[in-house]
Amino acid sequence: MAARGPKNEYADSTGRSARPARSVRPARHAWVWPIVTLIAIILAWQLVSTAELVPSFMLPSPVKVAAALVSEFPLLLAHSRVTIVESAAGLALGVLIGFGFAVLMDRFDGAYRALYPLIVISQTIPTVAIAPLLVLWFGYGLLPKVVLIIIVTFFPMTVSMLSGFREADPETIDLLRSMGASRAQIFRHVKFPGALGSFFSALRICVSYAVVGAVISEWLGGFEGLGVYMTRVKSAFAFDKMFAVIVVISVVSLILMGIVSLAERRLMPWTHIKERTSET
Amino acid sequence: MSVLEIKNVSFSYDGKKRILEDVNLTLERGELVSILGASGGGKTTLFSVIAGLNRPQTGQVLLNGEDITGRPGRISYMLQKDHLLPYYTIEDNVSLPLVIRGMKKQEARARAAELLPHFGLAGTAKDYPAQLSGGMRQRAALLRTYLFSGEAALLDEPFSALDTLTKADMHRWYLSVMEEIRLSTFFITHDIDEAILLSDRVCLLGGRPGSIRAEFKIDEPRPRTEDFALSERFLEYKRQISAKLKELAAERH
Repeated sequence: MAARGPKNEYADSTGRSARPARSVRPARHAWVWPIVTLIAIILAWQLVSTAELVPSFMLPSPVKVAAALVSEFPLLLAHSRVTIVESAAGLALGVLIGFGFAVLMDRFDGAYRALYPLIVISQTIPTVAIAPLLVLWFGYGLLPKVVLIIIVTFFPMTVSMLSGFREADPETIDLLRSMGASRAQIFRHVKFPGALGSFFSALRICVSYAVVGAVISEWLGGFEGLGVYMTRVKSAFAFDKMFAVIVVISVVSLILMGIVSLAERRLMPWTHIKERTSET
Repeated sequence: MSVLEIKNVSFSYDGKKRILEDVNLTLERGELVSILGASGGGKTTLFSVIAGLNRPQTGQVLLNGEDITGRPGRISYMLQKDHLLPYYTIEDNVSLPLVIRGMKKQEARARAAELLPHFGLAGTAKDYPAQLSGGMRQRAALLRTYLFSGEAALLDEPFSALDTLTKADMHRWYLSVMEEIRLSTFFITHDIDEAILLSDRVCLLGGRPGSIRAEFKIDEPRPRTEDFALSERFLEYKRQISAKLKELAAERH
């Protein structure tokens, strides 16, 4: 069709759009510089250790850390499994609760007025201060960890989902109302999909909070998990293993964040589409 | 019987300051009636009342004789912006009113697919709105409006956000597609040329509070072409309407 002529510029044989290479290249190059910087830091660290500027029991060299990582790997893997299970369970519940609160406060103004200030105040309570209490109440098992993670993750989820819902365009809502849409249909077609972007940004924050939350609660009481391992190697002054576990915690967080990004790309395909400049 | 009848409608948002006072309008089957008036004169408010989004303090909205005052979901309404949902493909966007009415998604998509080519949107079913040009998006919004209700439509400045060339293109396309589908339409615009070119009648909404102050019948055969827009008769309509608009504007000061 004549009107669609210029549109096909970016379309392949299947008619689906292919993005111009220009928009892909900068993203690939974006990885180079942080990696170069990281390598430089590790090299500098190795130099400091080799030159014995800092005693090796205080700052083990990267080579030693790597060696510890390899030798302790089976143990680290076992502890990681526990931490990941705690993080995932707490995260799932925290996200669900946060989502529920956001829906409730968006739907009922009374709920918003009654709950929102309290939720904000609840965030001023330091996590480290309540963790021992949770251990006292819920013991050394999975439960106190999950509860702590729920406490740290539901807040960012609630706040960003709520603002996502509230950003829904009133004219679009009017349009759907004019179609005879019910409140639930407006939520289903406008508010919820419109807030997906906020959901994923919040989820990325929640993932790192969840892992850190799990480790902190393991420090304060537990039998297994990366936090427990960490307190053990710390009391043994095995700083190489200490660094090894820090690396593992980072990697776990990064993997979980990567999963979130993948899910986002899959569930929000429209955000990765290049706008065409064709005119009718 | 008229498709749509607006009888003695008065409306105010706060119960004190009247925006509309005793508005009377009719729309016959297959007719296009433009509502022309100064901005802030209550045109969009009038549409929100006809669409059932706002309930008038007095008066009635009748669709084929049935009272639908304050009841949304019967007359299709298109706003100035396309309001296509960025996260839905074109087929899902245009079939949204059918899905809201309870039609199965697959069935609704099939209905949309039949009509896409008529709206110059062949091959865009699986595209997202961001992939379409301004004119195409506006046509998709029009198709959604049409799928919403084939009975009567309210179009609020549907072409005003487009650039001049695209707008002329859309007028040409709209005139031809209207020949086929004959959708009974109320059309808000502030563009006199557009009103004369497209309409069977042009109604002027004026005064404070707003009411219908004048009506012009554009007694021209269809299909209309751009030649009409350059004719002496076109200019004569324009002279009459402009004079009346000036008169109404002078009243406001």
